[in-house]
Amino acid sequence: MNVADYTRLGAAAISGKVRSGEVAPSDVVRAAFERAGEIGAGPDALNIFLHADEEACVTETKEVQQHLDTAADVGILAGVPVAIKDNIASLGLPTTCASRILGGYVSPFEATAVTRLRANGAIIIAKTNMDEFAMGSSTENSAFGPTRNPHDVRCVPGGSSGGSAAAVAAGITPIALGSETGGSVRQPAAFCGVVGVKPTYGRVSRYGLVAFASSLDQIGVLGRTVDDAAIGLEVIAGFDKADSTSSDADVPIYRVSALGKPAPEARHPDTEAMRIGRSPVPLPPPPDSTTLKGLVIGKPKEYFPESLDPSIRAHCERALDRFRSMGAVIRDVSLPRSPLAIPVYYVLAPAEASSNLARFDGVRYGLRVDPGKGLKSMYEATRSQGFGPEVTRRILLGTYVLSAGYYDAYYKKAQAVRTLIADDFRAVFASGVHAIFTPTTPTPAFPIGAISDPYEMYLNDIFTVTANLAGVPAISVPIGRVRRLPVGGQIIAAHFDEYTMFRVAYALEASLGAEAHQ
Amino acid sequence: MAVTRDDVFHIAELARLGIDDARADALTAELSSILAHMEVLSQVDTAQVPPAAGVGAGGTPLRPDATIAPLMEQTLESFAPSMRDGFFIVPRLATHEDSSESGA
Repeated sequence: MNVADYTRLGAAAISGKVRSGEVAPSDVVRAAFERAGEIGAGPDALNIFLHADEEACVTETKEVQQHLDTAADVGILAGVPVAIKDNIASLGLPTTCASRILGGYVSPFEATAVTRLRANGAIIIAKTNMDEFAMGSSTENSAFGPTRNPHDVRCVPGGSSGGSAAAVAAGITPIALGSETGGSVRQPAAFCGVVGVKPTYGRVSRYGLVAFASSLDQIGVLGRTVDDAAIGLEVIAGFDKADSTSSDADVPIYRVSALGKPAPEARHPDTEAMRIGRSPVPLPPPPDSTTLKGLVIGKPKEYFPESLDPSIRAHCERALDRFRSMGAVIRDVSLPRSPLAIPVYYVLAPAEASSNLARFDGVRYGLRVDPGKGLKSMYEATRSQGFGPEVTRRILLGTYVLSAGYYDAYYKKAQAVRTLIADDFRAVFASGVHAIFTPTTPTPAFPIGAISDPYEMYLNDIFTVTANLAGVPAISVPIGRVRRLPVGGQIIAAHFDEYTMFRVAYALEASLGAEAHQ
Repeated sequence: MAVTRDDVFHIAELARLGIDDARADALTAELSSILAHMEVLSQVDTAQVPPAAGVGAGGTPLRPDATIAPLMEQTLESFAPSMRDGFFIVPRLATHEDSSESGA
């Protein structure tokens, strides 16, 4: 398989060629690494990969090939190369969260999402760069240097899943896993001109995702196309006994491409079958991408402020016109507490982080710095040298808002306002609106080093963070370019209604065609 | 609510983070600036609003209260900084130097 062909294909097409025997899985993986070399995925260029092992991948492709040779079910991602954000545990490759405190750490267990990808024939080719512990919106906070945007190497790719978004945008993999706490899949997807989906809280198991803010964290999928994202999510979604917040709600077929049913147990018949469950309930057929008749799409005024970049507004209006032309009704709606979302998020997420990151203390794994002055000084030296500036800042912020005298004023207050933000979404969806459309970000990608004020950086999440606080699913889809850089449109749906979200996303992608990247 | 330099040293100690003087000055300004943006929350009437403990939208089932053994593919020794006889080894809990540093 030559590289030019490979970079044009989506996951469904690659899997189809592998399953039909037209292409060997090893050829696909070779093409992915060739593309990575050609585009400069290493630290001296785009700095997309933190860890990759081509030899190990070749060994893995042999297992997929053996299944093909014996006509066994190889899964709907047969031979598809996938990149994984470095805060998602994977066997074989390190899981460092782009932090010095986990330098070289190799997890002894694997995230359920990664196991499900492998069980469906995917080949994990690399761990991708990110903001340290997923704290950031630009991937500049990585201890291993920033990732560069493939569309303009002077700019950031967004974050925190910037490496995964860049891997997909650069044509290295059709699918990559990222994680979201406040927009860390959708924002880099928008900056890199790819699709990024954050599922409903509880839809995807968090087992093996290094915890940042547990009430907000979700693994998400980046894809070249809506179909790639839909296939990826369908494979990793579903109940998992290993995550107590995992939902047992049915997982419908999201994708349009015909590939058969995901078979999570196919290659792991013993232990995995105990942990991975699938509902036998009949589910709706894949979404119809040709019409939106019968759907009401909400346009929330708080996401179209007067200060919005006029070019982004124009692209959004074009998308709304397309929805209308496909039969949808556009309704003006209000999510009045959305302007409070950034303050709420930057109380709650650091509070949870200050607790979750207490485990990095030099005792059980990762870095230990021992000045020889006893346990307390070992803790302090390890954590001070192991964590970067933004992680330190957020741990301190979180410790402050949880400390005696400030808990009620900040943490408890923010939790109550979070209830109000979630109520806003419930009210809109209860009023007959099926999906909400907004810009994904207020601006396109910005130059590396351009934003030094922490709060100004936090404002990058202004349109995405509400979906995390409310726990609803949302997807970013390319809708055009502004000053030669990609921008995204966001589709938000009600809890566990990824089906409608994908239906609208497929329709928008089909309607815009090449215009989505112009 | 402005954060003081003493606050920064206090919360750094709570969080087990060693902070030097120069960094403490910068953090005092940064945290005060960030927290100033949070003040808007105090103007929201939440007297009748329950705090959100999470956003589980139903569908999160209970499971039997039984232990699931972790599927470890490597031994603890493969990644622990220091182990002996199946136990993690840590530095002494307190020393004369520690006590004098903390003023205890």
